Amino acid sequence: MTNPTPDSLTTDLRRLEEIVRSLEAEDTDLDRALQLFEEGVVRLRGARDRLAEAEARVQKVLEDAAGQLNVTDFEG
Amino acid sequence: MWKTYTSKVGAVIADGTEVYALGTPTVWEERGELRLAVQVLLPTAGIGLAQLARERVKGALEKDGLLDPARKRSFPQFPSRIAVVTSADGAALRDIIIVTRKRWHSVQLLVVPAKVQGIEAPETLVRALAVVNRLEQIDLCIIGRGGGSKEDLSAFDDERVCRAVAALRMPSISAVGHETDVSLTDLVADARAATPSAAVERAVPNRDDTERHVQSLSSRLAHGLRRRTALVSARLARSGDRLQVALGRRLEEPHRRLDRYAGQLEALSPLKVLGRGYSMARLADGRVARRQEDLRPGTPFKLRLTDGEIAAHAD
Repeated sequence: MTNPTPDSLTTDLRRLEEIVRSLEAEDTDLDRALQLFEEGVVRLRGARDRLAEAEARVQKVLEDAAGQLNVTDFEG
Repeated sequence: MWKTYTSKVGAVIADGTEVYALGTPTVWEERGELRLAVQVLLPTAGIGLAQLARERVKGALEKDGLLDPARKRSFPQFPSRIAVVTSADGAALRDIIIVTRKRWHSVQLLVVPAKVQGIEAPETLVRALAVVNRLEQIDLCIIGRGGGSKEDLSAFDDERVCRAVAALRMPSISAVGHETDVSLTDLVADARAATPSAAVERAVPNRDDTERHVQSLSSRLAHGLRRRTALVSARLARSGDRLQVALGRRLEEPHRRLDRYAGQLEALSPLKVLGRGYSMARLADGRVARRQEDLRPGTPFKLRLTDGEIAAHAD
């Protein structure tokens, strides 16, 4: 059994943590620090975009007689 | 049977039911009667057969390795698509939708309706689980129902249903009934939740926590870079040799880039959070106070609020 590949938010946050740790470490040289910062800003924007997404969407999946799956908005 | 004890029997036992009885026999010699004053009554078939069937199914699942803890898969931290197999008009689905909306917004719930009790329930559950396996990119599947009698929950002890749960391509959470009910799907699924609401809490993160985390990473990112550049500048100021010129030139470009980023960072500003009522304490050397030890009594610090700074001392 394999675990699913991590989604973009997980990847962004994990990478951001690595970046921040490297920046906080004494031994990162300045060029590298700026590179990391640049990547960090992009990752941060990705994470914020994901957090700004709209409300959870609920849909219903029904199988018709022919075995086709029909997805419709769920009105509960 | 005395009234004190009848109340403890629970459901009314129909005439003709085979029972186990615990009681005290009394012989009335003058009338030639034998009486049995019953204290506990347990129907033999009702409990016995269902229990036996459950044990048999459990044994079969165990034999096939489906209860092996090593099979349990972990969940994605931020799932995008969650399949929900339950009754379309049950309390469980209502709870799942409410709790999801409260905690996490960036997710799609795909409800695959099934009957969750009655004779047709196992078959419709198996069919719904097969539909889930045909859907694309499902991160997680929740299967369950709200509380009910043991009999109401019995579809979740059905061998076919258990095997269909085991065959799901994605990690699963089984949430059947209340805390005290443990069904066989709970044992086969990758995780068991006490209730459908608890399944959602397990499945999706909390939005506020995640926002706080992102905010803190944002501050640390900005602060980390500031500290790096400050370190280089300080070293530069100290060294009086030719290196100074070389380094100075090297620093020009990074500083221009830094100015550019400052603009970008403003848009993502960690200080925006101050507007929501948070504040930040800075020590004399410019560091942000993070721990109690940073603010020993008497330590001067500056409290950054949304509209400015005030000087203060730790008490």
